[in-house]
Amino acid sequence: MTADQGMGTTTMGTTTARPMLSIKNLKKVYQVTGGEIEAVRNLTFDVADGELICIVGPSGAGKTTLLKCIAGLLSPTSGSIELAGTPVSGPPKAMSVVFQEYGRSLFPWMTVQANVELPLKNQGVPKAEREKLVADALAAVELSHVPKSYPWQLSGGMQQRVAIARAVAYRPKVLLMDEPFAAVDAQTRADLEDLIRDIWHKLGVTILFITHDIDESVYLGQRVIMLSNSPTVVQDDLRIDLPDERDQLETRSSKRFAELRTHVYEQIQLAKASKPTGVVATQKAAKR
Amino acid sequence: MSIVKRVAYFVGLPILLVLIWWILTLGPKNFFVPTPGELGQTFFEVWAGPRFVTDFIPSVIRLIIGLIATIVLGIVLGVLIGSFRWLRSLTEPLLEFFRAIPPPVLVPLFLLLIGPTDQMRIAVIVSGAIWPVLLNTVEGVRAVDEVLVNTSRTYRIDGFARLRHLVLPAASPQIMAGVRQSLSIGLILMVISEMFGGSSGLGFTIVLYQRSFAIPEMWSGIIVLGLIGIALSMISKAAEGMVLRWYRGLKEVQRDS
Repeated sequence: MTADQGMGTTTMGTTTARPMLSIKNLKKVYQVTGGEIEAVRNLTFDVADGELICIVGPSGAGKTTLLKCIAGLLSPTSGSIELAGTPVSGPPKAMSVVFQEYGRSLFPWMTVQANVELPLKNQGVPKAEREKLVADALAAVELSHVPKSYPWQLSGGMQQRVAIARAVAYRPKVLLMDEPFAAVDAQTRADLEDLIRDIWHKLGVTILFITHDIDESVYLGQRVIMLSNSPTVVQDDLRIDLPDERDQLETRSSKRFAELRTHVYEQIQLAKASKPTGVVATQKAAKR
Repeated sequence: MSIVKRVAYFVGLPILLVLIWWILTLGPKNFFVPTPGELGQTFFEVWAGPRFVTDFIPSVIRLIIGLIATIVLGIVLGVLIGSFRWLRSLTEPLLEFFRAIPPPVLVPLFLLLIGPTDQMRIAVIVSGAIWPVLLNTVEGVRAVDEVLVNTSRTYRIDGFARLRHLVLPAASPQIMAGVRQSLSIGLILMVISEMFGGSSGLGFTIVLYQRSFAIPEMWSGIIVLGLIGIALSMISKAAEGMVLRWYRGLKEVQRDS
C-alpha cells in the first residue's frame, strides 16, 4: 500500500526513477470576503511515468482545486508541483486536460475537426502532420465519421469523446481528467472507461483521473489515491493489483475488485466522518 | 415556407395599408397628404433624378462610413474594456455619463467644433450609435464561459489566437444584437445631422421640401429613409445568418432537449 516507487532521489543524470509528476506539500487557500477557505491543506504524492492513477474523494474534497493547481490554472498557496522535473507555473505544454463539462469545453462555433485541430494549429504543427494527428485521434475515439459536425449536434458521450480526441491529438505526456464521465449515462460511461484504458495502453501516456465514483476509480486505476474531506490531505494510497486486462463484467464481479472497492469505500467513509480541523479554522476566520 | 408565401407575408400588410390610405384620400383633398398615386409619381421624379446623386448617395456614404466606424470602434473598445477589469473600473463612470446624453444634442456642439462637414455628420453618427455595440461587446467579452477560458488556457491559446478563436466568437451573439440596434440609431442620426447646417443629404432635402411646401416631395424623402432602414435590416440579418449559424443551431438543440 505504499507509494514509494518513483520516489527516486533526483541526483543529476539519473532519469530512471524520476516521477513524471511530483506534488509536494501542496496547499491552497482561497481568499474570500470575510476570511479564507483552506481547500487543500497538505498534499504530497508522486505519479510515475506512464502510470494511470485515480484520485477519489468525497464531494467538496478539493479535487478540482488540486486538478487546477496541477494544470497550472491556479497557483498554489505553498508547496510545489513539478512536471518531469520542471516546476509548474502556468499551463504546461506537455499536459492536456479533459473537463467534466464537455458541453462547455468544446468550441460550439467550430466543427469537431476544427476543435481537435485548434491546439495543434496554435502550436504551429505543419498542416499535413496536423491532419494525420486529428484523423488518428478521431479514429481512436471512434468518431471518424463526424469531422464536419458541430459538437452540439452530437450526444453527450460523443462530445466527451471529441474532448478526449482533442486532448490525445495534443500528444501530452500527462493527461488530466476531471470527473470526465460524471455527466454521461451509465452505459456510455462504461464504454468511455474502456476507451480510456485502451488509449492509455496504446499511447503510454500518464493519466491522472479524478472521480467521485469509487467503483470507477478501482476499475480504471493502477493506483487509487483517496483524499480526505476539505481541507484536503492524502487519506490513503492504494495499489490496484487487478489484472491489466479489465472487463466491465468480469473485473467488476471478481472477488478482488470487491475487496479493493470495500477498502476504498471504508477510507472514504472515514474521511467523511473525521471532522477536519480546517473547517473550524475557516469558520473562525469567517467570524473575524 | 415557400418563396411565394414568404413574399406574400412580406408585402401583404404594406399593400393593405396603402389600400386604406388610398381609400381615405378619395374624399376631399388634404393639401398635406398626397394620394398614393401622386406620391409614387413624385418618388420616381425626385429620386430617379439628380437628387439621387446630389443627396441620396452622399447620405448613404455618410451612413455607411459612420456605421463601419461605429462597429469597428465599438468592438475594439468593447473588447479592451471587457478584457481588463482596471480599464472597466476606470471608464465606467465616463461611459454612463456619455451614454446618458441624447445624441442629437451633440449636433449643435459638433457643428461649432468641426463645422458643417461630412466629418461632423459621421462623428454624430458614431458618437450616438456606438453605445449598443460597445456595451454589448463589453458584456459579451465578460461573459465568456469559464470552462472555455480554462480549456483555452490549458492549450496555451493566448494573444491574438485567443481573441480570434475564443473571445470574438463567444461574444458574437451579443455583438450582433448590439450592431442591430446601432444600425437604426445610425440612420436616425444621419438624418438629424443633415437637418442642421447642411447643404445636401436626405435630412437636408426633407426639411427643404417641407419649408417650400413641396409636400409630396417631402413624403417621398421619408419613404426613401424607410427603404434604407429595410435594406439595413436585411443586410444585418444576412450577416447574422453567416456569423451566428452555430448559435442558432445550438439554441435549437437546447430548446428541444
